[in-house]
Amino acid sequence: MLQILFDALSLGSLYALGALGIALIFGVMRLVNFAHGDVIAFSVFALLWPSTDALAIVFAGQLPWYLLIPFVLIVGALLSVLCEIVVYRRFRHASPATMMIASFALGFVIRYFLLMLFTSRPKSISLLPALGQPVEIFGARLPLLQLITIVATICILLALTLFLRRTRFGLEMRAAAENFSMARMLGVRANNVIMGAFAISGALAGAIALIFGSQTGTLDIQMGASVMLMAFIATVIGGLGSLPGAVLAGFLLGAASVVMQVFLPIDARPFRDAFVYGAVILVLLFSPQGLISARGTKERV
Amino acid sequence: MSHLSAETVSVAFAGLTALSAVDLQIQPGRISGLIGPNGAGKTTLVNVLTGFQSPTEGAVKLDGASLAGLKPHQVRRKGIARTFQGGRLFRDLAVVDNLEVTGVGLGMSRRAAVAEAEAMLEWMGIGVLGDRIAGTLPYTDERRVAIGRALMGRPSYILLDEPAAGMSGPEAAELSALIRRIAHDLGCGVLLIEHNVGLVLGLCEHVVVLDSGAIIEEGAPAAIRNSEKVRHAYMGTAADTEPPVEALEVAQ
Repeated sequence: MLQILFDALSLGSLYALGALGIALIFGVMRLVNFAHGDVIAFSVFALLWPSTDALAIVFAGQLPWYLLIPFVLIVGALLSVLCEIVVYRRFRHASPATMMIASFALGFVIRYFLLMLFTSRPKSISLLPALGQPVEIFGARLPLLQLITIVATICILLALTLFLRRTRFGLEMRAAAENFSMARMLGVRANNVIMGAFAISGALAGAIALIFGSQTGTLDIQMGASVMLMAFIATVIGGLGSLPGAVLAGFLLGAASVVMQVFLPIDARPFRDAFVYGAVILVLLFSPQGLISARGTKERV
Repeated sequence: MSHLSAETVSVAFAGLTALSAVDLQIQPGRISGLIGPNGAGKTTLVNVLTGFQSPTEGAVKLDGASLAGLKPHQVRRKGIARTFQGGRLFRDLAVVDNLEVTGVGLGMSRRAAVAEAEAMLEWMGIGVLGDRIAGTLPYTDERRVAIGRALMGRPSYILLDEPAAGMSGPEAAELSALIRRIAHDLGCGVLLIEHNVGLVLGLCEHVVVLDSGAIIEEGAPAAIRNSEKVRHAYMGTAADTEPPVEALEVAQ
């Protein structure tokens, strides 16, 4: 039972972090950033030398953990900010649909760049090997990694909450997320806020890449896509633009997936995702604005 | 004498004239009123005065210096604040945060912004609302917070766009008292844009009447109350296709 709880929480953590990265950017510029999944892949592939081998030739991966983790987070943040400066900034006044298409295109550019350097072959890698050991808690044997995933996610969420509530930048970001044009009229530094949102979102992508990479032990240039899809759904259920909603929905989706994995009849298990998506449709039928509706999406200046 | 003025301001949207050669002056410590039927161009004039809309012709001047080319937040930093129809608060933020982010936008440090936000709410007598989420406030409180937000940084001028819309009699009276205090205690120059003509005539020293983008009358409240032109603009058919001044001449 405890095992199920921890499975649900750790999968939910992954979705929650992904959803948060998408919701942050949607909040400040109404952009549904489909390139987010490819930023996830890129930030962890940056650890490797370009090669076509199945066994990853590690470049920065040999760093001790206290350097490796910041390295991946910073790569994610930098790539994300670069995307904003090179691409999204030029779409500032475009319609959300145009920006979404641009993000698709950008995602493909990043993915094919990785494909060019690393081929599509998945690579096995042992990131943070110390975390593979099991630990025993209340009689359940859990991988240490799962525990750390959950604790790290909670820390990230707390830190982000404090940042948004207690700092000047956080205040500006909350105002801009709700009503960007009004915030701008009041003198909020728009470009800084948007770049900050991209940097945080990119660092979150790096965190996901680390967790995902250490959990599965393989890196794949498509690895962001699966997390990204669920994360995107979580942001929609959470009410697009609402940060607490995105996190809540991420955990709910994680829980729903794990619970269905355990309790569905064996024959139905391969179709687990269909059941999860079915539940998503039900939620949206009853609450089209999501669980927590962000008012900023309804009322704009 | 310092003043904020619109000088022969005209605005045309795709050939449609929204304002034609409008002159208006606001002075610190004085309450001026702007009235007129729907679509007269009142909000367009406010937009021009605050940098949200650049005039097709004419200029907006602060103490004689043109404000042309300044963005809304730059105009705001020069001490010209406004409210919007319907309040337009950040509904997910606490009341105090709404004021604070405005202070930060004006270049204050966060500490100074919090202090001023709290002082402002206290001054307005709504200090208890500070921690409430703005979206949960009743209508009238929302309006008051919006005014508080505009007063952050102690602007020299404040333009209130229909602050009394939807208010009951006693609520509007309370609002009048607040507007008087803004002009007399803070020395702020107020431009009051309202549908509620009674409120404007009771409060303002000088009233401008706009119709179809042109000033048809201005003067002291008593003169406005007795003006034939004003009565015509308000009572005449709203669907007049001809400019009202010409229509008046024809009628005479």
